[in-house]
Amino acid sequence: MSVVEPLKPYSRAWLLSDRPTSRHQARVGRAYVVWRQFSENRLALLGLFIILGLIFIAIFANVLAPHNPVQGDLRNSRLLPPGSAGFLLGTDDQGRDILSRLLYGSRLTLFVVVLVAVIAAPVGLIVGTVSGYAGGWVDAVLMRITDIFLAFPKLVLALALVAALGPGIENAVLAIAVTSWPPYARIARAETMTFRNSEFISAVKLMGASPFRIVLRHVMPLCMSSLIVRVTLDMAGIILTAAGLGFLGLGAQPPLPEWGAMIASGRRFILDQWWVAAMPGIAILIVSLGFNLLGDGLRDALDPKEAGQ
Amino acid sequence: MSAMISIRDMLVTYDDFAALDHVSLDVEEGESFGIVGESGSGKSTLLRAVSGLAGFDSGTLTVAGKTYSGQSRTKEFYRTVQMVFQDPYGSLHPRQTVDRLLLEPLAIHGFTDVDVRIARALDEVGLGAGFRFRYSHQLSGGQRQRIAIARALILEPKILLLDEPTSALDASIQAEILNLLEQAKRDRGLTFVMVSHDLGVISHMCGRLAVMKSGKVVETVPAQALENREFSADYTRQLLVASEGFSRG
Amino acid sequence: MMMGNPSVNMTATTEAPLLAVDDLRVTFPTRTGEVTAVRGVSFTLGKERLGIVGESGSGKSQTGRAIMGLTAGHAKITANKLEFRGRDLLSMPKSERRHIRGKQIAMILQDPKYSLNPVMTIGRQIVETLKTHEKVSGAQAKERVITMLESVQIRDPGRVYDLYPHEVSGGMGQRVMIAMMLICGPELLIADEPTSALDVTVQLDVLDILDKLVSERGMGLIFVSHDLRLVSSFCDRVLVMYAGRVVEELASADLSKASHPYTLGLLNCLPTIGSNRHPLPVLDRKPEWSL
Repeated sequence: MSVVEPLKPYSRAWLLSDRPTSRHQARVGRAYVVWRQFSENRLALLGLFIILGLIFIAIFANVLAPHNPVQGDLRNSRLLPPGSAGFLLGTDDQGRDILSRLLYGSRLTLFVVVLVAVIAAPVGLIVGTVSGYAGGWVDAVLMRITDIFLAFPKLVLALALVAALGPGIENAVLAIAVTSWPPYARIARAETMTFRNSEFISAVKLMGASPFRIVLRHVMPLCMSSLIVRVTLDMAGIILTAAGLGFLGLGAQPPLPEWGAMIASGRRFILDQWWVAAMPGIAILIVSLGFNLLGDGLRDALDPKEAGQ
Repeated sequence: MSAMISIRDMLVTYDDFAALDHVSLDVEEGESFGIVGESGSGKSTLLRAVSGLAGFDSGTLTVAGKTYSGQSRTKEFYRTVQMVFQDPYGSLHPRQTVDRLLLEPLAIHGFTDVDVRIARALDEVGLGAGFRFRYSHQLSGGQRQRIAIARALILEPKILLLDEPTSALDASIQAEILNLLEQAKRDRGLTFVMVSHDLGVISHMCGRLAVMKSGKVVETVPAQALENREFSADYTRQLLVASEGFSRG
Repeated sequence: MMMGNPSVNMTATTEAPLLAVDDLRVTFPTRTGEVTAVRGVSFTLGKERLGIVGESGSGKSQTGRAIMGLTAGHAKITANKLEFRGRDLLSMPKSERRHIRGKQIAMILQDPKYSLNPVMTIGRQIVETLKTHEKVSGAQAKERVITMLESVQIRDPGRVYDLYPHEVSGGMGQRVMIAMMLICGPELLIADEPTSALDVTVQLDVLDILDKLVSERGMGLIFVSHDLRLVSSFCDRVLVMYAGRVVEELASADLSKASHPYTLGLLNCLPTIGSNRHPLPVLDRKPEWSL
């Protein structure tokens, strides 16, 4: 075999090489292929851009916001329309700049969405994979528990929990997380059951792997892509649920600039000063759209039927 | 001398159906034992029952001097017995690199010199180091089956169970894999139990074979008997005739 | 690369051959560029049996599908000539192509588990095929289906008529498939690995039935398979394909006189009872075969 020059690391050839020389190269190479598949979808890129924008705004809110989000000038700046001097999106009934409130509110939105994902997804994954792999009475018990949680309408259960725990954004997060995990459990269980009897699982059993090891190291990685897609697509719903709770006064408490709460307080003025409620509504719309597009794009890119590299 | 694998009166039933109907056979150490049958004969069930992937309702199973029942097997068993599966596309984890696949058995059994062993395993099956970090979907059917064999051999077992290892491969690749298996058997002094529907493959690879039908062993003959027509069962004759191909009669 | 001149082997005839293929190419667009599965296959077929042999990736199945018109939608099919009874298949309108498919050219696929509709009874499926191409009443259709099932040696056709595909064995399912495909009396049959998914003892039965029906009806047959020996025992002529091209064409009787190293390699690498070759001769793939 002729001597091949070593490829320049991170060059395109290196990433697409079919003879990777290290675990790192193989992993990065595969991530690159997934990225290429993803980035062919323009809408998915738009979704990604929106979410990255959200993260950027959340990080730099204090630099980007022109005014104080929680304290406004009651005397001079109440209910100014968008485009007024210094107030790009207008002000609300307490004289606070809506743009600044939206920018700071993005932190709360991100907080809710990330925490719910971080709590609900692993719980769902563990319950689902254990249930799917073990079968028998373990499966039956876990699935009945899942069914119980699924039987409640999300918002109603979240309301009940928040009412019991007390209003506040942390409790809202907990309440939403508790209602969000069942679908993930279902997905993880369905995927696990597809793979449970595959020959590659049999092969690992034949090496003497414990069920714990099999589920953790062999089954869970296979459920990841479906779960990631589902979580991303759910994020829009989570934001809306948080907004709903905020709207009802059970989520973030004033004066926190949570978008849902902003809509609630702007409801009174919706006929004459529409921007107070509409602006946060548009923000929620854009972010939900972003997550949906991103989730769709991820689903196409992470399709397990990799049609060649 | 006691047999390497000894099966007595093994019974496997699913509801009312007997997948294995009081099967008894012995496999001597170092021999290459074939099991031939069509679908529903119980040949794959037999392998699965021996390996512990399926349980058996009654009968005794002795492997390398130790007795096992149902599906319980010890770690020592897994160091002694390994299996190569039929479908090269299904027997490798779709999300793992070759390196990871070969690492798994070593990690489970606590080996520390993993790099050396992995490199050696790849070498033994005729694949170079360039394959080490590929994913399984980047490999051809023959290459995957080589990896499956490398994985089975990496724990240095004494017995290899082979469930139609070349049925899903093209004829030319089949020849390569069969040669590889023979080489490995010679080099390591393995005992083979090979299941197939293909009489040609079995007679090439095995010294003795058992013909199975509907969960029973019809007869056990030396491979020579196929050539010399020295078998007694009608069914064996049918299989032999069928393997000779189509003839306008 | 050897390609025999088929017109020398055919019995003298002035009418158009059943099938005339000249430089057939099938290309698929993929993310990494175009993949040409069939790269210039040419042959003619009369009322005879032609075998197309190759391994996976040789393009044999895609050739059969292209003739049938079943290639995936995004593929590009070109040929100098792809004519059935003198009519160009590539330029004819889709509705006409559909009419030919089933009525005049039929195809049998490999696994009845996947090629029969699992939610329709066997009888209903075959009746549907019949009614698509011919105007028959319900009762007439049923009668013809029963007759057809009898001709594929299904012993209790009335009972099988009402069964679902999963309720019959593989061998019977394949016979049902044959019945379904031949009921409209096509002139050309393309069989794509018709027995590969069946047990060995069943294979011979199904091949016997196929043999009889093809002879009785005077049909042309294209038998696509990976099994060179089987194809050569069943067909009059064999095309050996490798990497999308025909590398050798010979009469079955002349199989032992094959000259292309790939054909010889294929013949030699199979383990057979009585031949004691250790190690088995392995195919030494030369890059020039895929040029």
